[in-house]
Amino acid sequence: MNTSLIRVSVWIYLAIFFAYLLGPLVIMSATAFNSPAFPSATPWECLTFDWFSALFQDARILNGIKNSLIIGAGTVVLSVLMGLAGALLLTQIWPKLRATYYTIIIAPILIPGVVLGISTLVFWDRVNRMLGLGPDSALSSGLFLTVIGQSTFIASYCMLVLVARLQRYDVALTEAALDLGATHAQAFRKVLLPFMRPAIASSAVLAFLASFENYNTTTFTFGEYPTLTIELAQKVRYGISPAISSLAFIIVVLTVFAALANEALIRRRELVAAARRKATVAELTGGLKLPGFLSGNTAAVLLVVMGIGTVVVLGTAATYRPDQCIADVREQKRLEAEKRAEELRARRDAERKEKSTAEPAAPAPSTGAGNNSGSFGNVFNPGTLQDGATTPAPDAQGSTGSGGNSGFGGVFDPNALQGSGN
Amino acid sequence: MSAGVGVDLENLWIRFGDFVAVRDANVNIKGGDFFSFLGPSGCGKTTILRAVSGFLEPSEGNILIGGKNMKGVGPNKRPTALIFQNLALFPLMKVWENIAFSMEIKGASAGERRKRADELLEMIALEGQGDKLPSELSGGQRQRVAIARALCAEPHVLLLDEPLSALDLKLRQHMRTELREIQKRVGITFIYITHDQGEALTMSDSIAVMRAGVIDQIGDGKTIYNDPATPFAASFVGENNVFRGKVKQVSGDRVLVQSNRSGELLARVSTANVGKMKEGDSAMIFIRPEAFELARTGTEGDHYVSARVVNEEFEGNVFNIFMEGDGGKEIKVSLPNHGQSFDSHKGETMTLRYDVRNAVAMPAGVLATE
Repeated sequence: MNTSLIRVSVWIYLAIFFAYLLGPLVIMSATAFNSPAFPSATPWECLTFDWFSALFQDARILNGIKNSLIIGAGTVVLSVLMGLAGALLLTQIWPKLRATYYTIIIAPILIPGVVLGISTLVFWDRVNRMLGLGPDSALSSGLFLTVIGQSTFIASYCMLVLVARLQRYDVALTEAALDLGATHAQAFRKVLLPFMRPAIASSAVLAFLASFENYNTTTFTFGEYPTLTIELAQKVRYGISPAISSLAFIIVVLTVFAALANEALIRRRELVAAARRKATVAELTGGLKLPGFLSGNTAAVLLVVMGIGTVVVLGTAATYRPDQCIADVREQKRLEAEKRAEELRARRDAERKEKSTAEPAAPAPSTGAGNNSGSFGNVFNPGTLQDGATTPAPDAQGSTGSGGNSGFGGVFDPNALQGSGN
Repeated sequence: MSAGVGVDLENLWIRFGDFVAVRDANVNIKGGDFFSFLGPSGCGKTTILRAVSGFLEPSEGNILIGGKNMKGVGPNKRPTALIFQNLALFPLMKVWENIAFSMEIKGASAGERRKRADELLEMIALEGQGDKLPSELSGGQRQRVAIARALCAEPHVLLLDEPLSALDLKLRQHMRTELREIQKRVGITFIYITHDQGEALTMSDSIAVMRAGVIDQIGDGKTIYNDPATPFAASFVGENNVFRGKVKQVSGDRVLVQSNRSGELLARVSTANVGKMKEGDSAMIFIRPEAFELARTGTEGDHYVSARVVNEEFEGNVFNIFMEGDGGKEIKVSLPNHGQSFDSHKGETMTLRYDVRNAVAMPAGVLATE
């Protein structure tokens, strides 16, 4: 088969794949900058940053973010500690028990979050009552319950990450530390913990993200402390606004920033390591010559570009006022509506003229209706039901008024229907 | 540097469930000695080392370091330092931090630690490499860093668990001399674990040959090589030709053995077995390949074996001649190369003369399987 054809199809496949992955995010980010009150990317009306200020003025969203951050921090601490303890135990436990222990520890991941949420609520309620505490005790606080409830399964995720690192740990390192006079605590702190640090960091990030986005466990436990996901879900019930898109956009940007920063850091470390390996002893002792921060580091370059982009956007947002544009759009819409009404009227006039030439005896049926232009477009006007109008009226003025008042460009104007119906 | 102290193992037994890893070991190691445990893998030598360093409690018996019983004393409280087989350098610490780790534990200031680390780096000829990471060093350099790290703890006994096994041949030979020199300089007791008889013979003051948890023989290198106590020691340390047979006559330390395929052979009873051989017992005679003298048929001396040359190999320092005696008995002969001309005798039947002092007899037993 033709290789170029294969190559083209691979590219097409990749394009479709990334469109599927990133398309929704791109569309949603676009809606955050469009002025219509319902999130929409098309038609593009006005570039606006108002949804961001709307977001930061929404007390419930801000409170949700605050609660999410507090709960996230609590979950990170609890989950990483439990995960580390679980991982250490897994490597220490008798080999025969290991598989069983692993299954038990992993089980919370397989249990639906809803079940975990309900059982957390029920269990701690019982504990609370057994201890004879009231409904406002710390044990029944939404913060405590949510942290505990989320940690039940997030700790398992953390453990999986930590176990993977721990399996590469050489127990001889701990033995070497002991042999050199360290106590078990010192060996743990000075040898094992530094080794585990990268895994602890990634499990902390994982735990925070899992906590931040959790809904189905939190929905049972949040009590007085609704998290961001809870607030968003409640908001969506009453209609969605682009302010939520703007929040999503901020989260996307922060994520991309964090990922790029991480990548840049890793790349830089590799470059430094490579430089060290090549360096001679003299070079090493005579002060390490590091490559410039940006050289050969694509991620760092992208990071800087994105940082500059953000500053530019923020600067624009501070000075940019889309009021004129929005007013223009409104005016334009009004004009459009008028124009459409005009067209309709002209067409009807023409039709009527035709009719009057064909049967001049028949009175114009629509003339009465046009006079009583009401908010319901005259559908309830009994006059419209009459076959023949008894009150001749200046038809031209009536229909113009009706068309101009209607916000829908005269499409619901019954005059139009009548015109065609006859 | 602290002076070396003695290490004594008294009736040491170590069991793992039903498996006996060390069986009734009794060893007295003198302070300041370079002592090796030599044996094939799985013979229990690493187990002994772990027991001495405190990672393992003996099932029975005592370990005394400097005369003090170590029962219940943890590895971090013993005056020993262990050099691990894989070195176990801390990968995230710089070389100097690795070396001064034992001082960091005791709370020494960074300046003090750095100073001591630099002194030790100088001793192991790695000046100025302190700021590198262990992964940036070569295998031999890492080896020396591990030694410096252990010495920094000022142990009275340094334990080495096959530390050279990961190095290539040239480096291994270089490190042998270096280790020996370091040991002489610091003057502490070295206990060395190896399966390489070359390492044990070149470095040690004393060697314990181990087989399946049992110590077969303890002695200096020459004794072990020339006067093995058991068939295992004879066949594991160096190469040996073994002749099996029955004791025909014993007189003093001389024994006449009717060998299965090579006729009657006169041999010396090894020192450890004098008085233990009787007429009619199965016996083994060991003659080293280099103890034979190759001669033409018809020039037989008092003690000889006849065999046909099957193959000849030149190995550099020796000529190896592979021969076949009566009944397919394989015999190896090594002639040292001192520049003499070498005529091929392939296919010819030759006489192998030997000196009775170099033919060691002992009761039959288990051989080492290479």
